[in-house]
Amino acid sequence: MTERQPIDSGQADSAWQIRRDRMRFHLRTLRLAWYAYAKDNAALGALIFLAVIILISLLAPVISPYDPAEAAGSIAAAPGTEGLILGSDVDGRDILSRLFWGGRIALLVGIGPTVVATLISLFIGLAAGYFGGWFDQIMMRIIDVVFAFPLVLLAIVIAGVLDPGVWTVILAISIALTPYIARLVRTTTLNVKQQPYVEAARSGGARDAAIILRYILPNMLPPVLVFATTLIGLMMVVGSGLSFLGLGIQPPEADWGIMVAEGRGVLRKAPHVTIFPGVVIVLVALSFNFIGDGLRDALDPRRRSR
Amino acid sequence: MVEPILKVEGLKTHFKLREGMLKAVDGISFSLAPDEVLCIVGESGSGKSVTAQSILRLIDPPGQIVEGHIRYRDKDLLALSERDMEKIRGDRIGMIFQDPMTSLNPVFTIGEQISEGLREHLNLKKNEAESRAVELLRSVGIPHPEERYKDYPHHFSGGMRQRVLIAAAIACEPDILIADEPTTALDVTIQAQILKLLADVQKRLNSALILITHDLGVVASMADKVLVMYAGEMVEYGDVKTVFEDPKHPYTIGLMNSVIRLDDQRDDELRSIPGTPLVPINPPPGCSFRPRCGAALDTCETARPSANSVDGGHLVSCHLMNQGGAS
Repeated sequence: MTERQPIDSGQADSAWQIRRDRMRFHLRTLRLAWYAYAKDNAALGALIFLAVIILISLLAPVISPYDPAEAAGSIAAAPGTEGLILGSDVDGRDILSRLFWGGRIALLVGIGPTVVATLISLFIGLAAGYFGGWFDQIMMRIIDVVFAFPLVLLAIVIAGVLDPGVWTVILAISIALTPYIARLVRTTTLNVKQQPYVEAARSGGARDAAIILRYILPNMLPPVLVFATTLIGLMMVVGSGLSFLGLGIQPPEADWGIMVAEGRGVLRKAPHVTIFPGVVIVLVALSFNFIGDGLRDALDPRRRSR
Repeated sequence: MVEPILKVEGLKTHFKLREGMLKAVDGISFSLAPDEVLCIVGESGSGKSVTAQSILRLIDPPGQIVEGHIRYRDKDLLALSERDMEKIRGDRIGMIFQDPMTSLNPVFTIGEQISEGLREHLNLKKNEAESRAVELLRSVGIPHPEERYKDYPHHFSGGMRQRVLIAAAIACEPDILIADEPTTALDVTIQAQILKLLADVQKRLNSALILITHDLGVVASMADKVLVMYAGEMVEYGDVKTVFEDPKHPYTIGLMNSVIRLDDQRDDELRSIPGTPLVPINPPPGCSFRPRCGAALDTCETARPSANSVDGGHLVSCHLMNQGGAS
């Protein structure tokens, strides 16, 4: 019996052509997602606000009116006095300049560990959730153990063992944060893996790599991204907490969290020392939440219109 | 006689559960000619879907195909490497699933999903795959296929999605189509359209079709052969005409009697088979249907009936066959 030969052109696209087409498809999807994202005013506003904050932080050495570590006026000067727009803090340093400089550390401590933890989590969670078996068992038991410690406590322990500094804070939070995201990645992977379209893909001859890249990852990523973006604001605060305990950024370096902490002694007499950095932290954390919400809507084809 | 394109012999697929061994499929045999339509009927949980998944080797642990042979042409599917099996799936054997709402990847356009298989299996160029995907969509009755190519699954209704899934399943012109209750999730009005489409597609491709259903009306109108399953076992197998006109197994007879007919003069009540289906976890010895059978013998409690040929290809697994048949 001869096998029926199906329509075969005999001249398949080369691997790079297929990759190029796939890239084009992804670019088109990204463009659609961007249109959907840009329609969301809160998300777009948050993104612009954050871009401005990042730009200011990068330009801090250029635009700061004073040295953030040196006294520029009298102690806790009120805003608008002595030529200081936002006044000065308990050591007489210019709050505006410290806000500019502090943004660098706060953003680094907020974004850095979240990105690192998300990347690690994607590998661990995907492999554990998709392949299961002994790797899943071992990884999940390790994560359970790490998970059993409160995040801040664990970060304090790790940071306490190492020399204090920004990178210690980033490392400590990355390790402490990974279990939270890895668990979400794993459960979402398990969930997506059971969807009928994955079985349908297998019945169509798709390989594991294709199933992970084209079926599991795109369907699992949105909730993980939303979760991760909302964590950034939280991690900024956790990082400040570590610095406050003397395990992270060392004075006189500026950090929004430390600025809030330093102002607590004069909260009644000079509330502006606490309020300005506090408001900035809230606004930035809120922006990340809005961005997360916008991302979720933009990445889901069912939520964006045609 | 034509050489069968698919031959399943003594297939056993078991699931090792905490409660014991679930014998989801326990000794199924059938053969399929290249242009034949086989209907597998049975209640929910009787092992119809697991049979279909076993053919494509889509059984995941704790499930395992423990015994049997599945021959496709001259290949033993159970002996193929996973890599070779991937080439069979979707290319030579296409599958259509029960729930069209969730059987398409929500984040890719339907065009992408159909041409994916074309490029993978047929080595088509991108624009060739694209134009062929459009033709496939047209052939399954999707209006304006050029425009709908770039739509996402959620833009389609259930019936339209099932058409898309059929297009994807036949994209590589498979020798065998397996449709696992393809109309269960659809409106009654759409069911008929989808079944007609399936029948058309099967005739056009001249391929074999395994249709899993519990609608005996569908079986009567579409099948060449019918396989009746109960608790993972094959209770009756044969030509649809023979089985429908002269059902031998008490379960098949019960199934036939429970069909609602408009011209029914018998009585006012719906007829059903008393009792509930056996879940084949550590099944007791003897016939699985015995607790619900009105004509059980003493031997039914101790010995499992084997499939006996009544006449020609008509197989029945029932002890009554040795006693002169059920009535």
